[in-house]
Amino acid sequence: MTVSPISPRLIDAENQASPPQTSNQRPAPPSPRARKPATWGWTVYVVLILLAIIYIFPFLINIATSFKTEPDAAADPLSLVPATWTAAAYERLFLNSDFPVWFKNSIVVTVFVTAGRVFFDLLAGYALARLRFRGRSVVFAALIAVMAVPGVVLLIPKFLVINQLGIYDSYFGMIIPLLADAAGVFIMKNFFESIPVSVEEQAKVDGAGTFRTFWSIVLPMSVPAVMTIVILSFQGSWNELSHFIVSTQDPALTTLTKGVAQLSSGQLSAGTQYPLKLAAAAIMTIPVAIVFFIFQKRIMNATAGAVKE
Amino acid sequence: MTMASQQLIRRRSGIHGRQNATGWLFIAPVVIILGLFLALPVAMAAWVSVSDWTGRGSPFSAATNFVGTENYKAILSGGGLAERDFGTALRNNFYYVILTVPLQTALSLLLAVLVNRRILKGRGFFRTAFYFPSVTSSVAITVLWLFLFSASGVVNKLLALIGVAGPNWFQDPNGVLHLIAGSLGITTPPASLAGNTLLGVSWWEWLSGPSVAMSAFILMAVFTTSGTFMLLFIAALQNLRGELEEAAMLDGASGWQRFWYVTLPMLRPTLFTVITLGLIGTWQVFDQIYTGTQGGPAKTTLTPAFLSFSTAFNNQQWGQGAAIGFLLFAIIIFFAIIQRLILRERTTVPRRKRFNPPPPKGGTK
Repeated sequence: MTVSPISPRLIDAENQASPPQTSNQRPAPPSPRARKPATWGWTVYVVLILLAIIYIFPFLINIATSFKTEPDAAADPLSLVPATWTAAAYERLFLNSDFPVWFKNSIVVTVFVTAGRVFFDLLAGYALARLRFRGRSVVFAALIAVMAVPGVVLLIPKFLVINQLGIYDSYFGMIIPLLADAAGVFIMKNFFESIPVSVEEQAKVDGAGTFRTFWSIVLPMSVPAVMTIVILSFQGSWNELSHFIVSTQDPALTTLTKGVAQLSSGQLSAGTQYPLKLAAAAIMTIPVAIVFFIFQKRIMNATAGAVKE
Repeated sequence: MTMASQQLIRRRSGIHGRQNATGWLFIAPVVIILGLFLALPVAMAAWVSVSDWTGRGSPFSAATNFVGTENYKAILSGGGLAERDFGTALRNNFYYVILTVPLQTALSLLLAVLVNRRILKGRGFFRTAFYFPSVTSSVAITVLWLFLFSASGVVNKLLALIGVAGPNWFQDPNGVLHLIAGSLGITTPPASLAGNTLLGVSWWEWLSGPSVAMSAFILMAVFTTSGTFMLLFIAALQNLRGELEEAAMLDGASGWQRFWYVTLPMLRPTLFTVITLGLIGTWQVFDQIYTGTQGGPAKTTLTPAFLSFSTAFNNQQWGQGAAIGFLLFAIIIFFAIIQRLILRERTTVPRRKRFNPPPPKGGTK
């Protein structure tokens, strides 16, 4: 940060009149390229770094503790370096518990939900944006209404339907209800409306039908939006908990979130066992973290965009 | 839909019939799934909430009877455990909302303003650091939080460094306001507060504040949501035109004045979006409670969402559970509508009033 050498002549007089709270911030020089006194710049960095430490430190603690022995974790929780390194927690999770089953279930559900959402959101988004059919506006209004229904209110209702349809305790019951994704339909619809219709018109003139146009013209163009849906639904279904609580009770169908939650709340009578629990938490975070670091720019834009609609 | 594309579509009405069929074919999967797993469930739950279904067999079999508003009455005026639990859950969640929403809004705005500075080294790093907690699952974060806030955990070790003996966070049912009152010497409640009850909970208990355990959850909510809301504020800040700020700068407004009188009023729509999303989200706390405390200690982290679940699934009181769900739905809709109304009002504030910084004296607060 450079200190502006220009002396603020005119502004000084006005600054005298301002209340003392603001007097430590020196008046900005007339140059619009925000040159501020060095002290203020340093303060911002100090504040930012302190905040960043607060945000990152818990995750470092998480990883460090998962490699500690239990007495070590209890005696010295602050230390980022285990007194004795041990992978006992991970060994127990993978070799001596249901953890691999949970992991497999999470992967199965996430893959199917993501694939299904992409497919259905594409179709529905395209129909809403491009095709004129009777009842389109009704469907659109219904989608908006559906988005307003809070998820936790649906816990009991969802169980009732899943039970009634006879898909309780099955992958069907875990996957199919999660395919309903009104927000994703909106993202696709907005995307299709943002690209010019002329390319498709051209294809139509050349004699391509709706399906042909969709398949060979529209689909290749929509890769960016599809990636957004993939990331959002990957994150959403990997982290989903409440739906799996109400749709299954069979231990063979437990997902990571449900298994770790039960481990944590002592329903599996595991005692404190912090290294074990934190190892489980770390492993379930890794896939999301990888996707996050690869696609972080897109994720951040999508988050801001999706909520703004 | 833009006007242009709408007109284009209209002009194409020659193949209208075929588009009709294809349109419905394309939209059908989404409509069917949403109808089957959103609309139909709500209708079924509405029936269950006025029935005496016990969870056995189908709620539509002859064994299930219509009981009118009995379930709702039991929750709202029954005088029994159901009413007291609902009152307690409402109180707990109320304090959770009233503390979490302002804190997360203020923190995310602060983060956005700091990160969005024109000259900032490592902007990407800071943004990533602040946003990362938002993508991790609530289960993993809760597990971590239970460890950080355990009796001899990280937080208490840090507090000990500055000479403070930390509480046993997730085991401590004491209300924060009660603790403050206690430190002022008020340990026995005044008779007027202890004697009167609302929803089965005495006024004194209503005024307990969040329990120490709930406070840990509040901190967790602020930690995990501030990143998402920061992104919304950053997006809004980047859409602002710089001219007004520069004009204010030329007029001699200090950094704080520019923020308070120029930037903040222009961020108003985003501010209201964030507050609305915050209000809607904080009334739905479930995952954290299920993973962390299951409502304890002494029911001080019980929330309506978790109570609805446990009433139905653990106690087999399906009617009451569904009824609590609908009452929670009403609360959330209520806040969403209030926010909408306020937002509509605020956008009509005269532009002059919004952008003219008042005279410096008595201006900044």
